[in-house]
Amino acid sequence: MDKWKPGASIGALKRRAQMMASIRHFFSRRSVLEVDVPLLSSSTVTDINIESISAKVGGSKGYLQTSPEYFMKRLLASGSGDIYSMSKAFRDGEVGSKHNPEFTMLEWYRCGWDEHQLIDEVIELISSVISAPENVTIDITKISYIDCFVDHVGVDPQDADLDRLQEIAAGLASESWSEETRENCLDLIFSLKVEPQLPLGIAIIYDYPECQSALAQFGVNNAGQKVSRRFEVFLNRMEVGNGYLELTDADEQRLRFNRDCINREKSKKSPVNIDIKLLAALEAGLPSCAGVAIGVDRLLMNEAESNSIDEVVSFSWLRC
Amino acid sequence: MANYSTNEFRSGLKVMLDGDPCSILENEFVKPGKGQAFNRVKLRNLKTARVLEKTFKSGESLEGADVMDTDMQYLYTDGDFWYFMEPDTYEQHQANENAVGDALQWLSEQDTCIVTLYNGSPLSVTPPNHVELEIVETDPGLRGDTAQGGSKPARLVTGAVVKVPLFLDQGDMVKVDTRTGEYQGRVK
Repeated sequence: MDKWKPGASIGALKRRAQMMASIRHFFSRRSVLEVDVPLLSSSTVTDINIESISAKVGGSKGYLQTSPEYFMKRLLASGSGDIYSMSKAFRDGEVGSKHNPEFTMLEWYRCGWDEHQLIDEVIELISSVISAPENVTIDITKISYIDCFVDHVGVDPQDADLDRLQEIAAGLASESWSEETRENCLDLIFSLKVEPQLPLGIAIIYDYPECQSALAQFGVNNAGQKVSRRFEVFLNRMEVGNGYLELTDADEQRLRFNRDCINREKSKKSPVNIDIKLLAALEAGLPSCAGVAIGVDRLLMNEAESNSIDEVVSFSWLRC
Repeated sequence: MANYSTNEFRSGLKVMLDGDPCSILENEFVKPGKGQAFNRVKLRNLKTARVLEKTFKSGESLEGADVMDTDMQYLYTDGDFWYFMEPDTYEQHQANENAVGDALQWLSEQDTCIVTLYNGSPLSVTPPNHVELEIVETDPGLRGDTAQGGSKPARLVTGAVVKVPLFLDQGDMVKVDTRTGEYQGRVK
């Protein structure tokens, strides 16, 4: 491999430019404002499974942002109305065929919408920016996480005993999973057992288990179970996006941040200070909104029928 | 031996898994956006040659295996053991039938093979990728049949049976790819 050369062909670079232009066109027609928020900040996410890349900024510590979410929420709380951002995001340690530590993220927020209205827009966006052969319509499936999990694994992810989930995870992976948390067991089982069997086309998985809420509000499903109003977007069985009916309650947000920090300490991950400016924005009042983040590189991988992110970005980390 | 973490797993790295030395074939990094990262790893158990798949949490580590691939010259067999020599030190190693395995059917004296040593003893033998061997038994050659696509089985001097074109005869030398067992060409 000639490492000085780009991983993407010139054709793939053109396709990237076209896709970014059609995404901007999509939002411009809908009067959603493009915002250009900082990639470098003095604070970062507390999420236990996301590591930020830190930087030195004039003697103090900064972080490359893992998503534009916190800045965008501060804009929403300032009355921006509907906004989108298409820019770079950074995550440490994520290198693989579908991961690059620097990647292109499209994120947008719709005020006054719930997650199901946003799901419809996600489907419209993806359908309009990916090229399908003529007369071929892309299949669209919407299914709740719990139903999907029960279909493919045979147990209810929320009600099943942790022992049972650990046993399934250990059987699929290795013995070391028999001590894992419910969240991690569910992620593993979903990735290894459910994802490969998802319907082709666009598959939306909604109503995540309570333990996988991240920054989503809680709700109650038809069966009376407490669920997270979170959804994920899969395109031909590859995860391409994640969205929420956004949590607006500052106290609940502070609780989740603090719990993250405790979990980070327990699992010996680097300590992170919680973003007090985001909490202040939530206290001032985040409008009720739904938001979603889509991996643009993943859409391009699907477009190129490529299994390697290196083939759709100019220079992946291998070449930097 | 050193320990290797999942992010150091590369194709060819030798590690211990459940007490057996294994060679890593593939390592795929998997991470749900909000979830824990893990690595799906394909390994070959070097004792049984079986390929297995395990999924580790990213950051988990495995102990390295004291396994070394060494070029050695095949000397001879006494029927129970096959003897190999390190060309630099003239040190000899004896490999049992289990270690020689499928390589047996390709081994000619003086050939350079890769002998995989585990804790100093031969664990497996990999023959050269290409070998040139004499046909000792096959149906008589059909003269002038060089254009036809047909093939017939031929037994080689080392015992392997490969498919060769119809025009070849007993006594001809052929080149064979030992990884696929396929005839590559006639050697003049």
